[in-house]
Amino acid sequence: MKYSAGLDNALSVHNLCKTYKNGREALKNVSFSVKEGDFYALLGRNGAGKSTTIGITCSLVNKSSGKVYVFGTDIDKDFQSAKSNIGLVPQEINFSQFETPWNIVINHAGYYGVRRSLAEKQAEKYLSVLGLWSYRHTMSRKLSGGMKRRLMITRALMHEPRLLILDEPTAGIDFEARLLMWDYMEKINREGITIILTTHYLEEAERLCRHVGVIELGEIILDIDMKSLFKHLQQETYVLHTQQPINTLPDAITEPMRLRDERTIEVDIPKGSHINPLFEKLAQTGISVVSIQNKSNRLETLFMELLKTEATTLQLDETRE
Amino acid sequence: MKHVNRLFEYNGVALYTLTRKEVARFMRIWTQTLIPPVITTCLYFLIFGNLIGPRIGPMQGHSYIDFIVPGLVLMSVITGAYTNVASSFFSAKFQRYIEEIMVSPSPNYVILIGYLVGGMVRGILVGTIVLAVSSLFATVDIVSPIIAITIFILTALVFSLGGMINGMFARKFDDISIIPNFVLTPLIYLGGVFYSVQMLPEFWQYVSFANPILYVINVARFAFLGSSDVGMLASFAVIGTCIAILFTLCMILLRRGYGIRE
Repeated sequence: MKYSAGLDNALSVHNLCKTYKNGREALKNVSFSVKEGDFYALLGRNGAGKSTTIGITCSLVNKSSGKVYVFGTDIDKDFQSAKSNIGLVPQEINFSQFETPWNIVINHAGYYGVRRSLAEKQAEKYLSVLGLWSYRHTMSRKLSGGMKRRLMITRALMHEPRLLILDEPTAGIDFEARLLMWDYMEKINREGITIILTTHYLEEAERLCRHVGVIELGEIILDIDMKSLFKHLQQETYVLHTQQPINTLPDAITEPMRLRDERTIEVDIPKGSHINPLFEKLAQTGISVVSIQNKSNRLETLFMELLKTEATTLQLDETRE
Repeated sequence: MKHVNRLFEYNGVALYTLTRKEVARFMRIWTQTLIPPVITTCLYFLIFGNLIGPRIGPMQGHSYIDFIVPGLVLMSVITGAYTNVASSFFSAKFQRYIEEIMVSPSPNYVILIGYLVGGMVRGILVGTIVLAVSSLFATVDIVSPIIAITIFILTALVFSLGGMINGMFARKFDDISIIPNFVLTPLIYLGGVFYSVQMLPEFWQYVSFANPILYVINVARFAFLGSSDVGMLASFAVIGTCIAILFTLCMILLRRGYGIRE
């Protein structure tokens, strides 16, 4: 696949290689691109090379070779222009624990050349939106884990970047806060900010992202849009809640089923098949279903399949444009 | 031209922000950063100036207490500037908030100058306070205020650069106290704060000339008292060379991301 450093790409990574001093080859000719306005998931196991890729893009890691373009600008040739377009929310907390959120975000804007008068307006806007306004003068070490994450998002938005890179932004925060953050990420993406997300919560990637790249052992093994990816899902798993308790599964049902508890059955249905015949068969055996839900996280299923097999053996006929 | 102006403006704002943050940092903990050197210097004046000094007698035609004032003031400038940059930069590395500025478009020279100015402001501020306190114990009659101001600034700059290198190389908190304790303090004491190098045997005089602190103290002594063990031109040449070498080294280390970039 050819990758261009075209202006329609928010990020283009070309043949990126990184070998650490200890000899570990973290990236082996990684190439991918993210279109402007996209919501892109960069997935992979721990140590696969996600954070190294992000680190190189944001100047936190020195690359061994390769090229990185941000909105068509080579980061080696005009790093100021390239970096001014990037906002980074790193995986680990990296602000001073002895500063207030107000000072942290104002200083951050200053490093990007945003004048203080404008920075104060931006700070008010983003601290309010992310629910930190009333904590703006609280010492940051006293903030909760979720607040610290939101503070890092606020900080990354202060200079209004065109490309926002979120490296596991919702790790370790409660589900309610995560939902709020998802909503906000979707909102800013709709407003035109390109977002690259790395996460271990695959439901997060499935809900938010339109494209997905999978990195494994320092190589991109998949780079595809989410819709095409789901076409490769061979089956879906449903959870059925029964009205009456059951002890054994009926032999007459041919679909693969598992009894989770006396009122819950899990069943795998081949993709494209209807589920109504199953209900009829269950009804014939005296089992009535009171509710149904799609159990499996589809992306999770695919991701696990992908890592089990070699991605190169996955014959994906749809590739990204 | 417009692009250059905007770049200049961006870098100016970034530099102002970093400097302001650095100054705010040491002002916030003023009891740790500004008061201790003043107390230490008061003790020096009390013991070496008032108690032991009268028994030593005049030095280069000045009372002993007046003789040690320039060295003690410069000593506070040196330690203030050095420790500020070393500890601030290392803390930023240790707590990883150095990444805030590394991911920003701020060029390396802005990062370097920001930290240097922070260290220089602290060094000069501490030196000024110590100088003010000195006037309570000794006769402070500055012969050449311009040279005094110049040597304050240059000394603060040299040792801020030294602190920056220490901060970049440091991997643990111990590393930022090793150099001040085992290198800087001996060099300061052997740099002629409390004596004239002319009092030393010839061999040790030559050894002392290899100590850059000797030159800054003697320039300060010339500015304060009008007398010095070394020539002004040679002293400024040594100081200028130190600045050029250390600045270049800092820029090389920052460019390579030594200690801050994997």
